[in-house]
Amino acid sequence: MAMDSLSVLLLYPVNAYLEQELDRRFSLLRLWEHSPPDSLFRAHGSAIRAVVGYPGHKVDAALLDALPSLEIFSSFSVGIDHVDLSECRERGIRVTNTPDVLTDDVADLAVGLAIAALRKIRQADRYVCAGLWKAKGDYTLTTRFSGKRVGIIGLGRIGLTVATRVEAFDCPVNYYQRTKKEYPNYTYYPSVVELAANSDVLVVACPLNEQTRHIVNREVIDALGPKGVLINIGRGPHVDEPELVSALVEGRLGGAGLDVFEDEPNVPEALFTLDNVVLVPHVGSGTHETRQAMADLVLGNLEAHVLKKPLLTPVV
Amino acid sequence: MGSTGGDRAILPTVLLFRRPDGAFSAALRERYRILDFRASGETLPAFLAAAAAEPEPPRAAIVVGGGSVLVDVSFLDALPSLRCVVSTGAGVDHIDLAECARRGIAVGNSGEVYSTDVADYAVGLLIDVLRQVSVAERYVRRGSWPVQGDYPLGSKLGGKRVGIIGLGNIGSRIAKRLEAFGCVIHYNSRKPKDSVSYKYFPNVHNLAAESEVLIVACALTKATWHIVNKDVLEALGKDGVIINVGRGAHVDEVELLVALKEGKIAGAGLDVYEHEPKVPAELFSMDNVVLSAHAAVFTEESRSDLWAYTIGNLEAFFSGQPLLSPVHADSLG
Repeated sequence: MAMDSLSVLLLYPVNAYLEQELDRRFSLLRLWEHSPPDSLFRAHGSAIRAVVGYPGHKVDAALLDALPSLEIFSSFSVGIDHVDLSECRERGIRVTNTPDVLTDDVADLAVGLAIAALRKIRQADRYVCAGLWKAKGDYTLTTRFSGKRVGIIGLGRIGLTVATRVEAFDCPVNYYQRTKKEYPNYTYYPSVVELAANSDVLVVACPLNEQTRHIVNREVIDALGPKGVLINIGRGPHVDEPELVSALVEGRLGGAGLDVFEDEPNVPEALFTLDNVVLVPHVGSGTHETRQAMADLVLGNLEAHVLKKPLLTPVV
Repeated sequence: MGSTGGDRAILPTVLLFRRPDGAFSAALRERYRILDFRASGETLPAFLAAAAAEPEPPRAAIVVGGGSVLVDVSFLDALPSLRCVVSTGAGVDHIDLAECARRGIAVGNSGEVYSTDVADYAVGLLIDVLRQVSVAERYVRRGSWPVQGDYPLGSKLGGKRVGIIGLGNIGSRIAKRLEAFGCVIHYNSRKPKDSVSYKYFPNVHNLAAESEVLIVACALTKATWHIVNKDVLEALGKDGVIINVGRGAHVDEVELLVALKEGKIAGAGLDVYEHEPKVPAELFSMDNVVLSAHAAVFTEESRSDLWAYTIGNLEAFFSGQPLLSPVHADSLG
């Protein structure tokens, strides 16, 4: 079967290279070119055999009903909490994601956010640009990053990569996950609260599912404490956001570095006035190199599907 | 009957040329009789002359770089009793080391007290420049995310070739950290180091030509003044990033500005400048530049480590031991 006969629906212009290649290799439909979206489903719904999506667009029974010929959903992400996997399984729809290629970038950002939060890098930059170094003298003392106890929720690919990076800074590594494994250099804690109580920096690096929603709640935040820093490179719903905001505003939590939020792209405005947080707009995998690698994985999975070869990175 | 010093040892006199905080001041005064230059309000010549004229003139001085007091020939001539200079910083470019050596004056610096924090800051600056953390932060804070959508892409750290100028206490810590991020470490120093397997470049131009990142972490000497010049910046190239946690004078600031303005290099992270605290205003509006206020050393931990270490150096001197961190003119970088 020829590649270009595969009718692919792209839900969002998430990456120019990906879109260009999908157009070149397959028969591409772009959801956003149809207004209302229903008109696309009415006209082409039964022909579409593949969908390329991303975390901002739910793949649920309603969408799957509109695409009765759907064979494969390929997500431009490693997280697949936006996909109803049991529905896909029931309908025999394959699902792929983009693991491994973005692990380094996400881990790099986690460490970068932690250093930035503790050493107040962007605040120092603002201090200089506002002319305050000349006017007011030296910037304030901050706190050392090296040697801080780093607690990681979830020692999967990303969590382990964060661990090896912070080890180079002589940070003791603690972790929590559902099953304890044998890591001679890392200390296991049987609950997130105990992990937080014994860590200076808490990193959220687990997948989002029913068990991990709000895994960082008020109790965990209080255990992390007024000198603790929370780094979220997972998903917004991992953290009880209103609790996080009030803890930061009230000084019950020392600081935070956040790449994800419960209602992206909306960020609680109360955070904007705080000096002890670093806020970035879901850029964990946001490098040219990694987005290209992710796109190649999506394309490779679709091609394998057409050629009836094993999928490269199947989830279902 | 009074007890005029009968049951208390006479404390040695130490000249102090930097502002102490409460903790340092108290710790010093427990052990020494402190003559504080800043508190005296006198001119340097008058202060030194008064100290030299004392019945037991001072043998030790605590100094700091970046200020107006230089331990040069005229300083040393004014205080012939001086046998030990302890600087509360890593850099000793404010001290005439050759002159001190000639006169048999021991010079100590802050050893490795600052090295870890400077290395951490260099890594933090690099991640910020490559991943645009500070700029993305501003994007969020001014409300652009819901309006303008996804933030543009940055550049991956892993796999980049990092050229470190100076593989001493700071450079070696930077190397260890960046290796963990998957960077390839290249370096330049006066001599290759047998204890490391990183690729050595005797020439900074070649180091820059084969690196995507250049990090300045060496001591400032006559040989390393403007070690990053126009030629090196051109060799670094349009995808290259420079991080300076050394001294402003390591980099030709005028040429750096030109290179940034004309897109000849991709970006910079700067903690030091040629005429601190003056920073060229053109840098303020550049999104590919992250600036800091010579703050790479400013942590609570290194500050308290510094006081303990400085006193450690002085105690070693006064008990006839070698300094904890003696500096010789030929041992730098």
